[in-house]
Amino acid sequence: MAKGDREFGVLGKPLRRVDAVGKVTGETRFADDLAMPGMLHMKLVRSPLPHAKIRGIDARKALAVDGVRAVLTGEMFPIPFGILPVSQDEHALCPDKVRFVGDPVAAVVATEELIAEEAARLVEVDYEPLATIGSPEEALAHAEPRIQDHGDAGNIHKMVALDFGDVPAAIAGADLVVEDCFFYQGNTHLALEQHATLAYLGTDGRLTIASSTQTPHYLHRAAAKVLGWPASRIRIIAPPQGGGFGGKTDPFNHEIVAAKAVLITGRPVKIALTREEVFYCHRGRHPVLMRMRTGVTKEGRIVGHSVETLLDGGAYGSYGVASTFYTGALETVTYKIDRYQFRGCRTFTNKPPCGPKRGHGTPQPRFGFEVQIDKFCDRLGLDPAQWRIDQAVPADSLTANWLKVRTIGLVPCVEAVVEASGWKSRFRKLPRGRGLGIAASSYLCGAGLPIYWNEMPHSGVQLLLDRSGGVTAFCGASEVGQGSDNVLAVCVAEVLGIDILDVKVVTGDTSLGPVDLGSYSSRVTLMMGNAAVEAAQRARDRLAEAVGKRLDLAIERVGFAGGRVFDVGDPDRGMAFADAVQLAETAGGTVGTVGSYTPPRAPGKFKGAGVGPSPSYSYSAAVVEVAVDEATGVVDVVKIWVAHDIGRALNPVLVRGQVEGSVYMGLGEALMEEQAFRRLPPRLSRALVHQTPSMLEYKSLASRDMPEIESILIENPEPNGPFGAKEVGQGPLLPIPPAVANAVYDAVRVRVDEVPITPDKVLAALRAASKRVGPDAFPAVPWPEPLIVPPPWEGGDGNAINEPRRRDKSAGGPQRGAAPEGRDRRAEGRDRPEEAAKP
Amino acid sequence: MMRLPRFQYVAPASLAEAARALADAGPSAMVLAGGTDLFPNMKRRQQTPGTVIGLRGIAALRARTAEPGRGIALGALTRLSAIEHDPAIAAAWPALARAASLVATPPIRNMATLGGNLCLDTRCSYYDQTQEWRAAIGYCMKREGDTCWVAPGSDRCWAVSSSDTAPVLCALGAEIVLASAAGERRIAASELFADDGIQHLTRRPDEILTEIHVPAPAEGERSAYVKLRRRGSFDFPVLGVAVRARLGAGGAVSAARIFVGAAGSRPQEARAAADRLIGRVLDEDAIREVAGLIARVAKPMQNTDFSLSWRKSVASAYAARALRELVGGPASGLEAS
Amino acid sequence: MDGPVVPVSHVRAAGQRDRLRLALTVNGEDRDLVVASYKTLLEVLREDLALTGTKHGCELGECGACAVLLDGELVLSCLVAAVECEGRSVTSVEGLREGPRLHALQTAFADHGAAQCGYCTPGMLLAAKSLLDRNADPSRDQIAEALSGQICRCTGYLQIFEAVEAAGCALRGERPPAPQLPRVRGDHGEG
Repeated sequence: MAKGDREFGVLGKPLRRVDAVGKVTGETRFADDLAMPGMLHMKLVRSPLPHAKIRGIDARKALAVDGVRAVLTGEMFPIPFGILPVSQDEHALCPDKVRFVGDPVAAVVATEELIAEEAARLVEVDYEPLATIGSPEEALAHAEPRIQDHGDAGNIHKMVALDFGDVPAAIAGADLVVEDCFFYQGNTHLALEQHATLAYLGTDGRLTIASSTQTPHYLHRAAAKVLGWPASRIRIIAPPQGGGFGGKTDPFNHEIVAAKAVLITGRPVKIALTREEVFYCHRGRHPVLMRMRTGVTKEGRIVGHSVETLLDGGAYGSYGVASTFYTGALETVTYKIDRYQFRGCRTFTNKPPCGPKRGHGTPQPRFGFEVQIDKFCDRLGLDPAQWRIDQAVPADSLTANWLKVRTIGLVPCVEAVVEASGWKSRFRKLPRGRGLGIAASSYLCGAGLPIYWNEMPHSGVQLLLDRSGGVTAFCGASEVGQGSDNVLAVCVAEVLGIDILDVKVVTGDTSLGPVDLGSYSSRVTLMMGNAAVEAAQRARDRLAEAVGKRLDLAIERVGFAGGRVFDVGDPDRGMAFADAVQLAETAGGTVGTVGSYTPPRAPGKFKGAGVGPSPSYSYSAAVVEVAVDEATGVVDVVKIWVAHDIGRALNPVLVRGQVEGSVYMGLGEALMEEQAFRRLPPRLSRALVHQTPSMLEYKSLASRDMPEIESILIENPEPNGPFGAKEVGQGPLLPIPPAVANAVYDAVRVRVDEVPITPDKVLAALRAASKRVGPDAFPAVPWPEPLIVPPPWEGGDGNAINEPRRRDKSAGGPQRGAAPEGRDRRAEGRDRPEEAAKP
Repeated sequence: MMRLPRFQYVAPASLAEAARALADAGPSAMVLAGGTDLFPNMKRRQQTPGTVIGLRGIAALRARTAEPGRGIALGALTRLSAIEHDPAIAAAWPALARAASLVATPPIRNMATLGGNLCLDTRCSYYDQTQEWRAAIGYCMKREGDTCWVAPGSDRCWAVSSSDTAPVLCALGAEIVLASAAGERRIAASELFADDGIQHLTRRPDEILTEIHVPAPAEGERSAYVKLRRRGSFDFPVLGVAVRARLGAGGAVSAARIFVGAAGSRPQEARAAADRLIGRVLDEDAIREVAGLIARVAKPMQNTDFSLSWRKSVASAYAARALRELVGGPASGLEAS
Repeated sequence: MDGPVVPVSHVRAAGQRDRLRLALTVNGEDRDLVVASYKTLLEVLREDLALTGTKHGCELGECGACAVLLDGELVLSCLVAAVECEGRSVTSVEGLREGPRLHALQTAFADHGAAQCGYCTPGMLLAAKSLLDRNADPSRDQIAEALSGQICRCTGYLQIFEAVEAAGCALRGERPPAPQLPRVRGDHGEG
C-alpha cells in the first residue's frame, strides 16, 4: 500500500484507452462514416442575406432536377426549438425571416450529394432585405428592426445586474482603484470533424437520428418537440465525435430537417456539413467587451470588484442567457473578493449565434481580470505570483456571490509553475524582448443545474454483469474525444477489480442507456463517474454477498482485485470474477445495477444563482515565456508551464492530453483565432459575411507552431469527485491568454488588452504613447435595477434583499409571476436555470 | 462534402496532344498539373472548366536536365518536394529550394508542381470563397461580378500573386517555355506575369507552361528567400522577398536582382533597391537602407491575412532578413522565413 | 498527329450520368470500380469502397485529415481526381495494420495519448509513416515539419510527436519509451 492510499488496480495507470484501437485503425465510425442502403443526401439552402424577410420560395426548378426526391421549406417546421427553455427561437428551416448569412431556408434531398448541391442552387428565394445589426453597439443603438421578438428590449437579448455588497462604497475606500476595458474576440471550436447526421426509420419503427452531438438527450427533446413525434419512438445515437469543444452541444437545424426528410421520403437521409457550414453553426466564443473596476488595499486585498460585460450574441439565443451569466459567475472562485458587482448584457446581431466554447463565457472575464491583477500588482510593487498565493480563496468557503468552494488547488498550482519556470529569478529580470507572464483560473466540474428544470439525476449508469465475467456499462454520455468512455470503464473496473477491457461501454444512445445530460460544462467525469461508481458498488455488494456466503466471510472482508473476488485476509481464498458473477446470479437472478448522480444543492437563492454552482471547481495556473520582436511585434511563445488541480488523475496520459489540448486551444485564441465578420461598404452592399470560413484562413496552430509545454498535476482528492477526480477538459485553457498578455508586458512593457494578441497590435502598442492597445470605452447599457444580494459575511442568506422571496426550489429557477416591473414577464417567467457547456 | 463540379477529363500522352486538346477545347478548358490550386478553386466554383486536360501522363514534363555551366531545366511537372530535396538545387539556388520548401504543407508539396506554382491563380479574400459566400457579397470582378471589393472605385482586380517560387525564379533570371499547337516560345520568368488580378499571366489560353530554365549561378552569386506568413505551415505568403546578388572579393555586390512577392498582382521587381546594392558591402547600414527601398515596392492591399498597415510597416524588416540571410546572418522571424 | 484528341477512353460522356471505370490497388488489393467521374480519391475510398478510415475536414487541402499514400507518396486524397488514379496504388489507414498486429505507429499512437478524438489520426499516421519510411530516426523538429500538414485540434501535438518517436524506436528494434506522464504533486509539495 502506497502512502496510506488504497492501492488502485486500474485507476491512475497510464493504460491505453478503451477506444484507442478503433481510433488508430480508422475503424471508429464517426457520424459521417455511417451509410445505409438507399440513403439519400441532403443539402441546405442558406441565406445569402444577413437580415431579410422571406417573401416566397420557388422550388420548382430544383424539384425538376433528375435525382431530386424532396425539397423542404420552413412552413413544414412551425414549432420552434432552442437549447434553453427561455429562448426557443430557432426553426429547423426559417419560415419567414433570415437572421444571418448562412441561416437555412430550404433543404434539397437527392440521390447524390452533388445533385442535391446543384439543385439547391436552383431554389429561388424571394427576400425583402432588412437593415442589419452588425455589432453590440449597433444593437444598443437600434431597437429596430428587432432580430428576435424575445429578449429584454429591442435587440438586447439579456441583461443581468447583480450586486453582492456595495461595491462603489468599497472602492471609494480602496488604496488603489484600477479601471480597464478589455476585448476578447470571438472564436470558434473548429473541431476537425464537420457535423454530420444520418437519420432513418429503424426496423423497430423508431425515428433514429445518428448525429455528431455532444448532447443526445437535448437533441432528443428538441426533435420530439419539433417533429411532433412521441419521444419514446425517437432514438438519438451520438457516435464518437471528431472533437466537439462545445460546438456540438446545441440541437441543430440540419439534424431535425434530416429527420423530417426521412418522414417525407421514407428513405435514410444523410447530411454532412461543409466546413463553411460548420462556421455558420458556430455557437462559439462570444466576442465580449469588458470594463473592470477594482479597488485594492496596498497589501493587494480586493475590497471591491466590478465587472461589466457586453456580449455579441449573434442572431439566436442558443446558450446565450447562460453565457451572459458565465461572464460574471466564476470571477469570485479564485481570489478573495470582499464585494462583487456584475453587469452583463448580451445583444443580438446578424451573425451566426455564439454559444458555449471550452470555458463557456469565462475565458473572456478571466483574461481581463488576470491582466488587471498584473497591472495593479505592478503598481503596488507586488509579485503577481505571490499575490495569487496570498489572495487565494480558502477551501470550504463561500464566495461573495454565494458559490461554495470545497477543495481548491490554486495555491499549489501557482507554486508549481513558479518553481518550474524559475519565476523568482527571472520575472522582470529577463533582457528586453523576453518575458514571463503568469495567470491562474478556475472552472466548473459540471453545472449544478440542468438546462431544463427537473429534479432528476444528471447522469445515470446501468451495469450488466454476465456469466462470462464481462461487464457492460450503459450510459447516455457522449464521447467527443475527451475519453469519457474510458472514464466509464475505469470507474467500473476499479470498483469491481477487473481489467478495463472487461468492461464494454455502450454510450451515446438514448435507446440503450440512461440519460446523461451531455458532454458539456466539464461534467462527465464527475457526474457520470459518480453514477458509475454507485452502480459498480451496488454490483460489488451483490457479488460480495454471494461470495461471502460461499466463503463464509463478512461482506466487508470480500475483496475485489486482479479479476478475482477473495478474502482480503487470505487472498488465495477466492474465485475468478466470472465465478463470483455466476454465484450472484444463482443467488439472486440477473446481475444488473444502476447508479445515478445529482449535484448538491447550491447555497445561493437569488434569481440567477443557478449559474455558477458546481459540485467542485478545478484550478489551473500557467506561466508563459515569450520572445517579442520589437521590429515587427511578433510574439514567439517559447515555453509554457501549466499546473492543473485534477483532484485525482484517473489516467495520467489522458489527463495530460486534456491539459495540453486546452493549452493549445488557449494559445490559439491568445495569438490568432478569430471569428470575424466583414461588412462591405453599405452604400454598395448589404453584405455582412464571415471573413474566414475556412480551415486555411481561420488560423489555428499547426504542429510547427506549438511551444514546449511542461504539465504538472496537483492531486488533492475532491470528496465530490469519483475517486477524488475533478475536470480537466476546459480549465487549463483559461490562464493561457492572460498569461501571454502578461508575458508580453514583461518582455516589452506594452499592454495588449485584447485577444487575440496579434503582431499588428503589439507593434501598434510599441509605437503608441500610451504603450497600450485595447478598447477605451464601454457603451451605455440600460441596466435594470440590480438584485442586491449581501455577501455571506455581510449577513446575507443567499437571497436578494430587493427581490420577492422565491419558492425554495430552484435557485435561479422558474419564477412565475415574480418578474420585476417593467420587464418582459413572459421571458422572466421562463428564465430557467441555465447551464454551462462544453466538451 | 465539397465536391468537384462535373467536368470532361482528357489525358494526352504527349505535349503535342495536350496542346492540340487545349486548342480544340477552347477557352473553357484548363490544364491540370498537381491539382492543389485548380481543384480547390473548382470545388468553390471559382474556376469551372468544362474540360480538364491532365498533364500527368506526359513524361517529358517531368524531365530534369542539368547542363554543366548552363544551369538546370526543370519540367513543369517537377514537384515542389523534389525541388525542396534536390541537393544540387539547394547548393546552386538556395532561394529556390527554400521557397519550394515553404509552400503550404508536405503533402501539398508532394502534389504541387513548379509549373503550377508559377501559374497559381491570384488570391484574394473576396475571391477564395465558396460560390455561396461570393453570392452573399454579390460576387467580385474576378468572377461573375463587377466590383473589386478591395478597392471598390477601381476598374481593375487587385487579387494577389501568392506564389513563393515566382519571385524567386524572377530574381534568378529564370526563363520559361510556353508551348502551344502553334509552337513554342521562351520568355523570361518575369515576363510571365502581368499586373492585373484577372489577367495575371501573359500565357495565352492555348499555351502550356512546359519548362523552367534556371541559369547557373555566376561566381560569388547567392540567393535568399524570406517568406512572411502567419503559421509555420499551410499559409500562403503575405510577403515574399527574393534576392539574388553576386558578391565580389571583400563582399561588395557586383550584381543584384530583387523581387517581392505577395504584395501585388505579380511579383514586383525592386530595381532601385538592387541598383543601390551595387558596389556596396552588405553591412547593417546597407541592409537597412536597401530593405527600405525593397519595402517601397510592396503594395499590399487589404485582401490577405494580416492587416494592410502591419504588412506595410514590417516589409522592410522582412526585406532586411532576406538580405541578412543572403550574407549568412540570422534570418529568424515570424514563421519559417 | 492529326484529328482532334478525344476524351480519354475510360470517361464515358453521357450527360449527367458520367461514370468512370477505375482499376486501382488499394491496400495491396486490386479493385475494379465504376464511380461518378467527378469524384476525388477521397470520395472513392469512403463512398465506393466504404473505407471510411480516411477522414475529411475541409476537402480543400487545408486540414490534412484525408492524407493517404499514393504510389508511396503522402498526398491529400481530397485533391486527387479519381480519374487520375487509374493503375495506381493507394495505402489508407486500413492498410497499416499488419494482419492482426497493429503497426508500430498505431501502437504508439494508442499508448501515448496521440489519438484523442481520433479524427486527424489516420492522416497523422500516414504522414508519420511517410516520414519514418524515409528517415528511421527523425529529430523532433523533423517530426514537427513532417506533420505540419495535419491539423489536430485536440492534443496540442506533443503527444503525437512522442508517439512518432516511440514508433521510430520500435521500428529500429529499440525498446520504445513509456508514455511520458505529467509530474504529479500532492496538495503540499511533491506527492
